[in-house]
Amino acid sequence: MTAEPTATHNDPAAAVLRRAHALVADYGMAPVKSWKDQHKGALAVGHLPIYTPRVLLEAIGVLPVAIYGAGDKDIIRGDSYFQSYICHIPRSTIELGLTGMLDSLDGMIFPAICDVIRNLSGMWQMLFPQKWAAYLDLPQNFRPEVGGRFYKLELKRMARELHERGAQALTDEGLRAAIKDENLRRAALDKLAALRRDASWRVPASEAYLVTRAGGAISAREHAALVEEFVAAANKRTGQLKDNVRVVMVGSFCEQPPFGLIKSLERAGCDIVSDDLQLGLDYMEGMIDEKDDPLDAVVNAFLYQGKATASRYIGEGTKGAALLEQVKRAKADGVIFAAASFCDPALLDQPMLEAACEGAGVPFTSFKYAENTGQFQVIREQAGAFSDAVRLWESAA
Amino acid sequence: MSLVNITPKKGDGKSIKAGAGPSEGSAITVPVTKDASQQRQKRMIANHFDKLSTAKEDGKKVAYTFVPGNLTELMGAFEMLPVLPEINALQSGMRGKSGAYISEAERGGHSEDVCSYVKCDIGMLRSGNVGPTGKTLPSPDLLLLSYTGCFTFMKWFELLKAEYNCPVVMLHVPYQADGIITPEMRQYVIDQLKSDVIPQMEQITGKKLNLDKLAEQLARSRRAEDALVKVWESAKNRPSPIDGYFGGVYYIGPIFSAFRGSEDAVAYYEELLAEVNDRIKTGEGPMTPAGVMSNQKYRLVVEGPPSWTHFNEFWNMFSNEGAIAVASTYTRVGGLYDQGFRHDPQDPLGTLADYCLGCYTNRSLPSRIDLLEKYIKSYSADGFLINSVKSCNSFSAGQLMILRELEKRTGVPGAFVESDLVDPRYFGKANIENRLQSYLQMLEARRNGNIAASGSSPVVIGSAP
Amino acid sequence: MRVCVGVDLGSTTTKAILIDEDGQIVGKGITNSRSNYEVASAVARDEAVTSARFNLLARKLEALKGEGSGDIHALDAKLRAAFRLELYLDELAALRLRVTEVVAASGPRGSAQVKDALVAIFDRMLGDAPALFLEGDARKSDFFRDIAGAAFMHAAEKLAGERGMRFEELTWPFDRAILDVETELRELDFAATLGRAARRIGGGLPEGAKKRLFDIVDSVGTEPIDEIAFSGTGYGRQTLPFPKAAVRSEILCHGRGAHRYFPGTRTVLDIGGQDTKAIQVDDKGVVTTFQMNDRCAAGCGRYLGYIADELNLGLHELGPLALKSCKNVRINSTCTVFAGAELRERLSLGEEREDILAGLHKAIMLRAMSLLARSGGVKSELTFTGGVCKNEMATKVLRELVDENYGNEITLNVHPDSIFMGALGAALFALDDLRAGKANLLVVKRPDKKAMTSFAQPDDACASCA
Repeated sequence: MTAEPTATHNDPAAAVLRRAHALVADYGMAPVKSWKDQHKGALAVGHLPIYTPRVLLEAIGVLPVAIYGAGDKDIIRGDSYFQSYICHIPRSTIELGLTGMLDSLDGMIFPAICDVIRNLSGMWQMLFPQKWAAYLDLPQNFRPEVGGRFYKLELKRMARELHERGAQALTDEGLRAAIKDENLRRAALDKLAALRRDASWRVPASEAYLVTRAGGAISAREHAALVEEFVAAANKRTGQLKDNVRVVMVGSFCEQPPFGLIKSLERAGCDIVSDDLQLGLDYMEGMIDEKDDPLDAVVNAFLYQGKATASRYIGEGTKGAALLEQVKRAKADGVIFAAASFCDPALLDQPMLEAACEGAGVPFTSFKYAENTGQFQVIREQAGAFSDAVRLWESAA
Repeated sequence: MSLVNITPKKGDGKSIKAGAGPSEGSAITVPVTKDASQQRQKRMIANHFDKLSTAKEDGKKVAYTFVPGNLTELMGAFEMLPVLPEINALQSGMRGKSGAYISEAERGGHSEDVCSYVKCDIGMLRSGNVGPTGKTLPSPDLLLLSYTGCFTFMKWFELLKAEYNCPVVMLHVPYQADGIITPEMRQYVIDQLKSDVIPQMEQITGKKLNLDKLAEQLARSRRAEDALVKVWESAKNRPSPIDGYFGGVYYIGPIFSAFRGSEDAVAYYEELLAEVNDRIKTGEGPMTPAGVMSNQKYRLVVEGPPSWTHFNEFWNMFSNEGAIAVASTYTRVGGLYDQGFRHDPQDPLGTLADYCLGCYTNRSLPSRIDLLEKYIKSYSADGFLINSVKSCNSFSAGQLMILRELEKRTGVPGAFVESDLVDPRYFGKANIENRLQSYLQMLEARRNGNIAASGSSPVVIGSAP
Repeated sequence: MRVCVGVDLGSTTTKAILIDEDGQIVGKGITNSRSNYEVASAVARDEAVTSARFNLLARKLEALKGEGSGDIHALDAKLRAAFRLELYLDELAALRLRVTEVVAASGPRGSAQVKDALVAIFDRMLGDAPALFLEGDARKSDFFRDIAGAAFMHAAEKLAGERGMRFEELTWPFDRAILDVETELRELDFAATLGRAARRIGGGLPEGAKKRLFDIVDSVGTEPIDEIAFSGTGYGRQTLPFPKAAVRSEILCHGRGAHRYFPGTRTVLDIGGQDTKAIQVDDKGVVTTFQMNDRCAAGCGRYLGYIADELNLGLHELGPLALKSCKNVRINSTCTVFAGAELRERLSLGEEREDILAGLHKAIMLRAMSLLARSGGVKSELTFTGGVCKNEMATKVLRELVDENYGNEITLNVHPDSIFMGALGAALFALDDLRAGKANLLVVKRPDKKAMTSFAQPDDACASCA
C-alpha cells in the first residue's frame, strides 16, 4: 500500500498519521513481528477483511491481523490459481502467502463473504498444511436459539482449536475484558464518524481510511487510542467547508480500492463521509453488551447489531433501507457504488440498493475497480461529473 | 462501468442476439432417442408444467427453490409444487433464449460480471415468465431459499423477493469446510427446519406436516436413488453404457428437480436401469448426438457444469473424438448418492439435513479433490476435463488448484476449458475445440509412449534465400 | 530428394518446414497468411522447396571452393537475391495485369489520366526493382504484398505530386488488385527462374566459370523433390485446409519442435498473435501438460499490436524503444480493451513512451509467468517461441522474471527460427506417420486463371463511397 499521509507543515495530525502509515506497511504485517517478539509464544491469526470476531481472538491472547490483499504488488503465483473472471484479492492473498509475507501468522480465518473466499479456505488448507485455517460460517438465521446457538458453538470450536495450538483458554473474564476494549474502539470509531459527518473538511476520507485500517494488526485498545488521538488532532485543524458533494461509498467491503482511488474521488469533489471499507473492524452498530454472559453478548451483537452488508441475508425489512439510513445519518447527498470487479455479493446487491436510492430520490453513480487498478482518470472524470450533477440537481430543487 | 446516474437508472446494456443454441420453440429439450425412459421423463416434465399452469385454479401452492439442497419430499408432503429457477434458466439456455434474457437483466442494471442464471431468470421474469413449455409460470407462494453450496442463491432470492409479494424462508446450510458434517451443523439445519421452514409451509398451505406422508416420500426417494447409483456405476464397464456427464444431466433431471419421492421417479429410474443393463449385455454404448457411441477411445471424468447454450456442440466435440465421460461432479450437485447417502424414512428431518449438507458444492475444496481422484481411479479414466464456467464461483474458484492437485495425485493429465452456463457470449467454440483436441491428441501421444526418434544432432536451418 | 512437409498456418504468417527421411531439416518457407489459407499453405511449402534447392545449391557451390573455379562459390548470396528479384518481377507483371483489368472495369473512375499514371507507376516500379533486391538489404519484409505495396505507394506519391493528382485517385486499383494477386497460386518453374537469375548476374563471368555455374543451376533446378508425407497445424483449426488425419494440435507441434531444436527443453512458452501457451514436455518432446491463456486475449501478441497502433509505431520498434527505459512504470491492465485508454492516460500524465512501453512488456510477461506457474512451473530448460520472442524487451523481462522466480540456473533458449517450431513439429509428426505407414499428403488445387477473374468486384460495389 502506498498511502501517503498529507504532509502539511504544522498539521496537528501529522505525527499520528505517520504512525498509522507505519502500521499498514508490509501489507499490514509490520506490527505483527514486534508484537510476537513482545508476546513470546503467542499466536497471531489473519482474517479476510469482513467481520471476524476479533474480540474472541483477543480474549484468548491471539493477535487478530486483518489481511487486505497486496495492493499493486506484482502477482505471479497467485494468478496461476485463478481464472480471469475471479476478483483480485484471493490471488494477492495467495501471493502473499507463497512469498512468505504471512509467515509470522499462525493461522487464517476466512469469514463467510462469498464462494470465492469460502473456496480459498480449502485452498489455504492445502497450500499451508502446517498452519491453522478456518472457514467461519456466519449464521444467516438470526434467531438466538437457532442461528445464535450455532454461532456460539462455532466460536467455542474456534477458541478450542486455537487453544490446542497454544492460545489461552476462553474464559468469561478474558472475554469481558476484550469486549471492554472492543467497545473503546467502537466509541472511538463513532467519534471519527461524527467528525466526518460534521466537519468533513477536517478529515479527508483517505486519512479516515488510513487511521481505521491501521487497527488491522494491533489490539482494539491500542487502536482506540490511535483513533482518539487522530480525532483530537483533526479537531484542531482549521480549514473550512469546501463546496464538495457528500457521498456514501458502498460495495468495497472486501477487496480494498487503491488508496489513489479514494484520493481521486476526493479530488473530483466528492467528500466520502461514510463507507463500508473496514467491516472487519467496524461492523457493529453500537456497543457490545458488557453485562450479559460475554459469549452470548458477542453472539447477540452479531445477530442484532451487524451492518446490513451484502454478505448478510436481509430477511426482514427491505433491502436498501439500511443504506438510506446511512445516507441520512451521514447527511450525504448521494451514493457511490464502488465494487471490486467480479465481486459477486457487491454486484448482486447493487441493483437492489440502486432501486432503493431511486425510490428515495438519492442520486448515485457506480464503477468497478480492482485493488491494483492503476488508472483513475476515468473514475475521476465520472466522479467529477457526478458531483457537478448533484450540485446542479440540488440548486434546481 | 456505467455512466453517471442521477435519476432512475436504466443502464445501457448492449443488445445481443440470442445464443446460437439448439432450435428455439420446442418444448423441453431432450435428446432424440428411442429410449422409453426418455419418453417417460418428457411426459413427466410436461405433466408437471401442466399442473403448474393451473396451480392457482387447482388451489395448489407453488414454491420456488434451488436444486442443491432441495426439500422436494417435504414440499411433496405439503403437496406444494416446486419451480426451479436454475432449471428454467438452463432450459432457456438450451432453447437459445438466454442471451436475450440476460441482456434484459443487464439493461436493468445487473452487472456483466455476475451469475448468468440469475440474470437469465430475472430477464425471463421481466419478459412474462413463460416457462420452457411455453406456458406462463405461476408466481410463487413461497420462496424457499435453500442456501446450500452457493452464496449467489441468497442474493438471487433477495432479488426475487423484490419482485414477488410472498414470504421467503431461508434455510442456511453450513459449509463442510473441513470435509465433515459435524453434529452442530446437522442440528442447526434441523433447528431451522423446525423453527422456520416447516411452520412457514404449514402457514402457507394451511396443513400440518404429516410425518407419515413425508416418510413415504423418503422411502420412494431411496428406491430411485438405489437405481440411479447403479446407473452411475455402470460406467465402469467398457464400453460404458452411459455418458456420465452429457447423458448424465438427463438422468439427474427427475431426481434433482420436482420428482424425487414420487412413484414416477421410481418408475423412471427402474426403467432407465433396465435399459442400461441391456446395453451392458449387448456391449453397446450410449446414444450421443453423433449416434450410438460404442467405440470409446478416451474415458474422461468431468468437473464443472456444462455450457447449456452450446450443449450439443460441446457434446459433439467429445463424441467426434471418441471421448466419453465416465463420471462427473456436476451430476452430483443435487446429491452424492454414489458415496453412500440415501434418504432415510426413519429419520425424516435428520435425513433432510444430511442431504442438504452433503451436496457436491457444499463440500470443501480438498474433499472435492478427493472425490475426483476417486472417480478417476475407480472409473479407470484416461484423463479429466474441467469446464470452468464464469458464472459459478462456487464451482470455479479453486479449479486450477484442483487441476494441479489431481495431476499430481493421479499422474493423469487434465484439460481446462472455460465457458459459461447460459451466457452465449462466453462460449468460444474454436478455442474450446482447440484445447479439447490438443488435449486428446496429447493423451494419444502419451499413450503411444515413444515417438519415433527423428534425428538427434543439433538442428541448423539454412538461411532463407 | 524425398521430404516430409510440416505446415503451421498461423493467424499472421504461414510457415513450412521440409525434413528428409532422417529428420534433418532441408528447407523452410514463410509467407503471410492472407485471406486464402489454402494458397498460403501452398506458397509456404513452395518457399520451403525453394529454400531446399538453394541449400542444395549452396552445398554444390561450396564444394567448388578451392578447385580453381574463381569466385563462383561466392555467388550464392547474389544468386538468391537475383532469384527473389525474378520472382518479384513475375508477380509484379501479374499485379500490373490485374490492375489494368480492375481499372478497365471501373467506369469513369478509371479515367485516361488515371490509366496513364498507373502505366508510369508500374514502369517506375519496374525500374526500381533491381535496386530493391540486388543492392544491400533495405527491405522490411519479404512478402510481395509488403514490398510491392511500399513501392507502389512510393511511386504513386511522387507521381501524384508531379501530375497534380490526388494520391487516393491512384491507390484504389492497387488495393483491389493485390488481394487477387496474392491469393492466386502460380506454378513456380524453379529451374527457369533460377536460370534467368543466373543469366542476370553471370554476364561478366569468364566462359568456363559461366558454364560451371549454369551446370550447377541446371542440376539444382531439376533435382526432384518429392513430398512423401505431410502434417499440418495452426491457429483456427476449424478452417485448416488439410486432410483431417494430417492435422496435429499446435500445442503438440510447438512442444515437439522446440524440443527438437533444444533437446534439453522441458518447458515451452509460446506467445503468438492470438494466444499464449505454456507447455511441458518430457525427454522425448511429448507434451505432458499445457495451459493456454483464458478467453481474454490480454497479454498476447495482438495486445502489442494495439499498443503499436496506438503509438503509431511498427511492431518491431516496440522492444528496442522499451529497452531505452530507465524508469519503472507500473501498468496493471493487460486488457486489450483498456490498453489504449491506459496508454493515453499515462502519456497525458507526462510519462515517457519508453517507460510506459517497458511497463507494458513487464505486464505481458507477468501474465505469461502466471501461465507458466499454472502449467507446473519451469524446471530446467525453458524455450521461448512465437512471434513475441523476437521482441528483445520481452526476452529480457522473461529472463529477469525467470531468475527471480525459479533461480538463475534455468537455461532460457530463444532461437532466431523459433517461428518455425510449430512447422518443424508438424514435419516430425509427418515423419512418424510415414514410418507408421499412414502418411498423408497436402493436395492443393491450383485454381485456374479464369476462376480467379470471377472474383473481380463490380465497380463501386460499396454504396457508401459511391
